[in-house]
Amino acid sequence: MLADALLLQLGYNATLVTLGAALLGMAAGVAGTFLFLRKRALVSDAISHATLPGVGLAFVLMVAMGGDGRWLPGLLLGAAVSATVGLLCVQWLTTRTRLGEDAAIGAILSVFFGLGIVILTVIQTMTAGRQAGLEGFLLGSTAGMLRSDAILLAVASAAVLGLVLILRRPLELAAFDPGYAEATGWSLGRIDLAMMGIVLVVTVVGLKVVGLILIVALLIVPAVTARFWTDRASHVVMIAGVVGGVSGYVGAATSAIAPALPTGPIVVLVGFALFAASLLLSPGRGVLASVLVHRRYQRRVHMRQGLLALAQGQPIFEALTRRLMHRAGLILPDGVATPEGQAAASKALLDETRWSIVRADQSFAAAAIRYDGLTPIEDVLTPDQLRDVDLRIAAPQVVP
Amino acid sequence: MTVTLVADRSTEAEATRIASPLAVRGLTVSYGQTPAIFSVDMTVRAGAMTAIVGPNGAGKSTLLKAALQVVKPLAGTVTVFGKPLAQMRDRIAYVPQRASVDWDFPTRVIDVVLMGMYRQLGLLGRVRAKHRAQAMDALSRVGMTDFATRQIGQLSGGQQQRVFLARALAQDADIYVLDEPFAGVDAATEKAIIAVLQDLRDTGRTVLAVHHDLVTVPDYFDDVVLLNTQVIAAGPVETVFTEANLQAAYGGRLTTARVDPESAAG
Amino acid sequence: MGAEFVALSLTPILIGICVAVACALPGNFLLLRGQALIGDAISHVVLPGIVVAFLLTGVVATGPMLFGAAGAAVLAVIAIDLIRRLGRIEAGAAMGVVFTAMFAGGVLLLERSDTSSVHLDVEHALFGNLESLIWLDATGWASLVDPVALAGLPAELPRMALALLVVAAFLFLFWRPLALSTFDEGFARGLGLRTGPLGLSLVVVSAIAAVAAFDAVGSIIVIAMFICPPAAARMMTNRLGHQVAWSAGFATLAAIVGYVLAGYGPLWVGAAASVSAAGMIATVSGVILAVAAVAGPHRKRGS
Repeated sequence: MLADALLLQLGYNATLVTLGAALLGMAAGVAGTFLFLRKRALVSDAISHATLPGVGLAFVLMVAMGGDGRWLPGLLLGAAVSATVGLLCVQWLTTRTRLGEDAAIGAILSVFFGLGIVILTVIQTMTAGRQAGLEGFLLGSTAGMLRSDAILLAVASAAVLGLVLILRRPLELAAFDPGYAEATGWSLGRIDLAMMGIVLVVTVVGLKVVGLILIVALLIVPAVTARFWTDRASHVVMIAGVVGGVSGYVGAATSAIAPALPTGPIVVLVGFALFAASLLLSPGRGVLASVLVHRRYQRRVHMRQGLLALAQGQPIFEALTRRLMHRAGLILPDGVATPEGQAAASKALLDETRWSIVRADQSFAAAAIRYDGLTPIEDVLTPDQLRDVDLRIAAPQVVP
Repeated sequence: MTVTLVADRSTEAEATRIASPLAVRGLTVSYGQTPAIFSVDMTVRAGAMTAIVGPNGAGKSTLLKAALQVVKPLAGTVTVFGKPLAQMRDRIAYVPQRASVDWDFPTRVIDVVLMGMYRQLGLLGRVRAKHRAQAMDALSRVGMTDFATRQIGQLSGGQQQRVFLARALAQDADIYVLDEPFAGVDAATEKAIIAVLQDLRDTGRTVLAVHHDLVTVPDYFDDVVLLNTQVIAAGPVETVFTEANLQAAYGGRLTTARVDPESAAG
Repeated sequence: MGAEFVALSLTPILIGICVAVACALPGNFLLLRGQALIGDAISHVVLPGIVVAFLLTGVVATGPMLFGAAGAAVLAVIAIDLIRRLGRIEAGAAMGVVFTAMFAGGVLLLERSDTSSVHLDVEHALFGNLESLIWLDATGWASLVDPVALAGLPAELPRMALALLVVAAFLFLFWRPLALSTFDEGFARGLGLRTGPLGLSLVVVSAIAAVAAFDAVGSIIVIAMFICPPAAARMMTNRLGHQVAWSAGFATLAAIVGYVLAGYGPLWVGAAASVSAAGMIATVSGVILAVAAVAGPHRKRGS
């Protein structure tokens, strides 16, 4: 069943939804990356929740004008308008009052959502008996998606991707180094505006597929996932796009198997699964890698300090140090050094002495930067330089 | 050039360490894979004013924070008068860098000083007249009594630093640990603060401060610790604050214009 | 305003006030710590916590619900911190990842399990049903002293009142450490205060308020109560104690005015049924914030 869904064999509607969700996921992943890199990820939460009053009011307006209140483009237009108002309110609160951006986001998010709920309940009483179906915008409802809706989705997503492609240099510059962007003549305000506009389009388009509560996930999670695999901004964007597209595709296909399940949560959970795998397994920043690297580092620090103490004939105080050195065969259980331990200790002391000479001398500035307490100096200096340093150890010390 | 690698750990040194108001041994802190401080040994002399100096990124702030367990060290131990830090916190007053504070917080100057008296007041103790008097006394020692009811965010840098010092004075501690107390303050404030610190020293307390201005070290301080990830040299200013040691600490990047050869070294 | 008011409106208004104040109180500190959006995260993760508790115990009872939600809040905070430190990801993005995933999981569990026997559906979870918490056994103001009638009080009222008590007690007890560590964390740690556990406790207490409020107003509206009254209060005063008092006042005002507008407003304009009380309370709190933002004496930075 799942295989059929993934291979788009489940029928017209399911195929439409799956492809639409994939495109949306890709567009959202890409758009959200810039938001994430600019450290404003949760503004998207405010934008998405602020769409609700607009959707409700658009419905009321369309019915009042005698039309079918559920005409999607009209509803989405209403969503866009109220989301824009919400965004402007966030900016206003942040710049004209002492409130921080987090407080402004939270306030707009909850108040607009509350207002939207009020309007929704008004509509429920208005059209008693007729399912307005607007609650579907909360968590997404792809059941009964029309062909025209899917085309709208596809076109909008393509437009977003195209826009990002055109604007990618200024967007990346603003995300990575805003100071430099300003200095080279870009208007940061305009770029931010463009970025917000793109996020707005993605949000509004995504209302139908995943709903406003979870569109935030589509915008943020792929970017965060991508961040675990690369340090280059342009690569984050691309990986986020792929991850978002895959989440949308697999999620929508899976939810097509059980039509009673809302699409939104499944798409989000697929995305989260990809994120969790990256969190655990990514070689650069993953949990496993970090824990191993940290433990190794701590052990090296303790060993080094222990060897230096040994070289000076001093007792080793910390239990962890003693344990590590004993296990490495450098000391006996009572703390006395073994022959290997003595050799290693002398070497450590020599290394430390050489480093101290290097760090005190400006002509070795380039090498001195490499000092981290653990790197052996032979890895950093050439044999000639080493000889030069060793000569100074033999030189008579001047006691001030 | 003498370079101290590992502190002298003989019994004599051990006795000094036990008597010292603040002694750290083998302290290492790292953020990620680079050490901020590595295997630092430091024994602060009682009743003296000690400066910690070194180049940018040398780990001076980190040393203070690790000594007071504000950050967790990778290795090392800390003792206060020979006992573990946890038991002796009431003997220490810490003045962190101004930059780390939330200046938008709704609090007045007098409230900040009263925060310093948390040990006396406890969770639920009522603030009585005597506590207020103690706080006002601390404020008068730094010349800020007129600002007692002012909102903390409305003060200048120098005024804020004085209030922080007052907060520490209100704790009536034996050791005062300050992180860059003179950074970004006006000359008048600097004079006022150093007067208070010297007064503390003269009444038998101990002062340890990260200091950013090499020129004033010999004038203000009795002892100095030269730090560049590791301790380069430590001891009385007359013997330790020499051109050679400074060059060693600053990696030869120090321009001699900053070090007055006549005021440094004997 | 007689028997009908006591039976139909008194308890919802009282519950609304308890909810609003119980959220506004810890919200003051969340706001000052720059953690306003942790309220966003908490209110999203309350749902899966409660659903899991329901699935494990089979009943919708306060005890397991509370544990489930508090557990979910702690789990969320730990996960957020882990992601932040490991990936060097900013706080907002880390929160977004965690709470959307947990919320999605909660919705899925809700849809898949048989919750038709208990009133646990997604919409209810989102915006509650304050209007339904009426006191049918009441016959008038005299019922307040009638033990028989009092036995029929909606359970949400004593529950919410208790939550309010717990929240208030926590703030009262830990006022000083909270103020200290929020203003200057380094100094607080220098004093030996355990700022990590303290911060976590604040979040857990906020979660308790959110969970207790869940049944009455759903999870999303709780954010409005965490943020709007404290934010408005901050712009009215420069003293912490006064700020907390103002926030309680604004919260109470929003609860009363919101409920009245939702319940009686439509009647005044000739419509039949009422609108969502929770939504209206959130909206009113937003209006109060807006007024404070344009007219509050301390609304500008540095004032």
